[in-house]
Amino acid sequence: MGSSERANFKNPVVSWVDERLPIFTLMQKEYGVFPTPKNFNYFWNFGAIAMFMLVAMIVSGIVLAMHYTANTHLAFDSVERIMRDVNGGWLIRYIHMNGASFFFVAVYIHIFRGMYYGSYKRPRELLWILGVVIFLLMMATAFIGYVLPWGQMSLWGATVITNLFSAIPLVGQSIVTLLWGGFSIDNPTLTRFFALHYLLPFVIFAVVFLHVWALHVTGSNNPLGIDTKGPQDTLPFHPYYTMKDTFGLAVFLIIYAVFIFYMPNALGHPDNYIPANPLVTPAHIVPEWYFLPFYAMLRAITFDIGIPFTDVVIIDAKLLGVLTMFGSIALLFVLPWLDSHPIRSARFRPLFKLFLLALVVDFVFLGYVGSQPADATFLGLSLSYFGLAGTVYYYGFFLVALPWLSKNEKGRELPASIHESVLNQSKDAH
Amino acid sequence: MTADSKTHGAPPEDGHEGETRRDFLYLSGAAFGAVGAACAAAPLINSLNPAKDTLALASIEVDISQIPLGEARTVMWRGKPVFVRHRTPEEIEEAKDTDIAVLGDKQPDSDRVKKPEWLIVVGICTHLGCVPVGQKMTEERGDFGGWFCPCHGSHYDTSGRIRKGPAPKNLAVPPYVFVSDTVVRIG
Amino acid sequence: MRKIALLSLALLFCLAAPSAWSSEAVEPPQKDWSFDGPTGTFDRAALQRGYKVYREVCSACHAMKHLAFRNLADIGYDEGQIKAIAAEYTFVDGPNDEGDMYERPGLPSDHFKSPFANDNAAKAANGGALPPDLSLIIKARHDGPNYVYGILTGYEEPPADKALQPGQNWNKYMPGHVIAMAPPLSDDGIVYEDGSPQRIEQYAADVVEFLTWASEPSLESRKRTGVKVLIFLMVMAGVMYAIKRKIWAGAH
Repeated sequence: MGSSERANFKNPVVSWVDERLPIFTLMQKEYGVFPTPKNFNYFWNFGAIAMFMLVAMIVSGIVLAMHYTANTHLAFDSVERIMRDVNGGWLIRYIHMNGASFFFVAVYIHIFRGMYYGSYKRPRELLWILGVVIFLLMMATAFIGYVLPWGQMSLWGATVITNLFSAIPLVGQSIVTLLWGGFSIDNPTLTRFFALHYLLPFVIFAVVFLHVWALHVTGSNNPLGIDTKGPQDTLPFHPYYTMKDTFGLAVFLIIYAVFIFYMPNALGHPDNYIPANPLVTPAHIVPEWYFLPFYAMLRAITFDIGIPFTDVVIIDAKLLGVLTMFGSIALLFVLPWLDSHPIRSARFRPLFKLFLLALVVDFVFLGYVGSQPADATFLGLSLSYFGLAGTVYYYGFFLVALPWLSKNEKGRELPASIHESVLNQSKDAH
Repeated sequence: MTADSKTHGAPPEDGHEGETRRDFLYLSGAAFGAVGAACAAAPLINSLNPAKDTLALASIEVDISQIPLGEARTVMWRGKPVFVRHRTPEEIEEAKDTDIAVLGDKQPDSDRVKKPEWLIVVGICTHLGCVPVGQKMTEERGDFGGWFCPCHGSHYDTSGRIRKGPAPKNLAVPPYVFVSDTVVRIG
Repeated sequence: MRKIALLSLALLFCLAAPSAWSSEAVEPPQKDWSFDGPTGTFDRAALQRGYKVYREVCSACHAMKHLAFRNLADIGYDEGQIKAIAAEYTFVDGPNDEGDMYERPGLPSDHFKSPFANDNAAKAANGGALPPDLSLIIKARHDGPNYVYGILTGYEEPPADKALQPGQNWNKYMPGHVIAMAPPLSDDGIVYEDGSPQRIEQYAADVVEFLTWASEPSLESRKRTGVKVLIFLMVMAGVMYAIKRKIWAGAH
């Protein structure tokens, strides 16, 4: 952010400020004329949409925090007061509640796009890793936020998830007690969760800033996955992509608004409208939908790993389940090195494309498995077998398929340039 | 805000006509964005106004039979102190006889009380919101025998009217009714 | 590519509607409710009848602590009626100047009076079962309106092979079928002044209407606001699409 080259502005005030703090030059450079590949498809909208959702969540969240009381005796009632007595409170709460889901929708599509078009590959590895960090922070924030209304699912979801840490050998139980600030999820837990829920979004914002910074160093990937070779391959970000992103956002907001106004509780669980009761566990605890695939992996592990034919247990089922779940996200961090194939875009890697789409199906299937009761059966078999199969494919994709494909997939011939490809396409169209 | 730096790619439209049409499109797009943002901001800001339960907060009933002549009670109404003062005949006399012309905020005593012996005012100085002293017989009551605001030295008379100091208005009279001879409902 | 995008979106949304919540309960009958659908609203007369059912029957055991008498203005009572209804209840307030608690008639700002002092008293009076607070019962149950309607109308003689303990009742729509609540409604149990049929089904439907309003008093304004927001967003999306088309026309 040096002051080397400054843009000239006609407006004297803008010019005066810019000479002293080149913020307008920066905006102009990074969002005005920033050269962007001209062949983006609508998948490239979801970064901007996710950014919008982050801001919407922070803004609605700050207003909600002004009405919310983080105390186990008052939290549930204070949320109901927001719903009933605060002016337009129901709207703000439904925006926030459904906003969490739609933030995840945008981010999951954004992640899929990154995987499909190989956006994680050299030179964008760090950009990708920062993205995974944002995803992790989002999961932590969403989980903590779900505790705040202090309904039955808040309490019991928090109990189950924090108990995951008790699987850690030796220090696990101490860590859980530390997280709780007591001997169960109680007032100290709620108070600290509220503090963290307010803090983490700003941490996310900071990492998003780094994520975007890294993006502007390397430049964007594109559906062809080939590098831009000159001005003929790019368009200025404004107005081409600002307008395209706004259009995509408007469509996204229509779907979001349908949920807010016509099915605001469809993505939630009825049990969270029952005040938290430490003496009664709901019959069927499920996390929010965006955690279901990971929850399925956690539950899929029902066996210990030990030395065969002896009673020696090296890793018990509980720890193994927790490791499997966290490992599934850890794999994303090393994805750029698991897949070292020189071609980025799945368009030119038919085998990779097949495996990746199968992974999407697998992930959705895991989500279904995660939503079912622990004792459910499917085709007469215990559902945990299906969870295990899904988990094996998930791990197999990253640890076996990707390295193997990196060596053995030939891939199709790449076009010479973005410009040429776009020209051919429009020729075909006419 | 236009900048003439090196742009990649051709401008979308050439010629004057395209320019106007594009400007119109931009303007309508920007207008939609602005209207949308404003409509979204309105409920967020409006939520900070008093909520329905706050507005519906109960009016309070005060038993005034226990307040001796010349003394006063402070009761809480909507989170604010309300002064209920049982005035002596001399105080009533003084309040009534004051020449309206000398007042800053011209109001006869008869407009400020429903029964002359009971003066009920919101105990918030109209200058910057401190609570004036003078509720107890032992406290300083200012130059006019009513209340005195220690923050910036406003003096109120036995009708709660501003007589000296920076406050612009008389102490406010809350809405109230005498439910019976001994009970007042404020609010 | 676009197909995949749509498919994955659709799948994500399907996950939102999990299918196997109640593995053993009988699905309650699906009734048509006035508040269903994107334009559904509450039926004021049904709401008032439902409130009467709640007051005369349910409120003997079930609290509704999130509701205040002033909220009754939403279902068509005027200020005088609300004051009169509130004044029928006695509330403990205080302490007064002497430090004593005292009793006073209810005010519109008071919340509905709970039948029991606390949960333990409620359990003790109901054979150990806690009658749940009804303020949110519709939102706190899967398929809430039909579930509550089903429970209220689903009482039956137990099958011959099932023996019930004293204090237990058989209900075909209750998960597990055994319910502590005795059949609360009976034909002609409550007098309707507007000539509506005084039958269990009518009472149940009316009280469900009332409880749905109580769970979500903003339902009507939510749907109304939704129409405006959606129209705005659709027009905006159209305008943005036109702008985008225009700008991109010369790009390739």
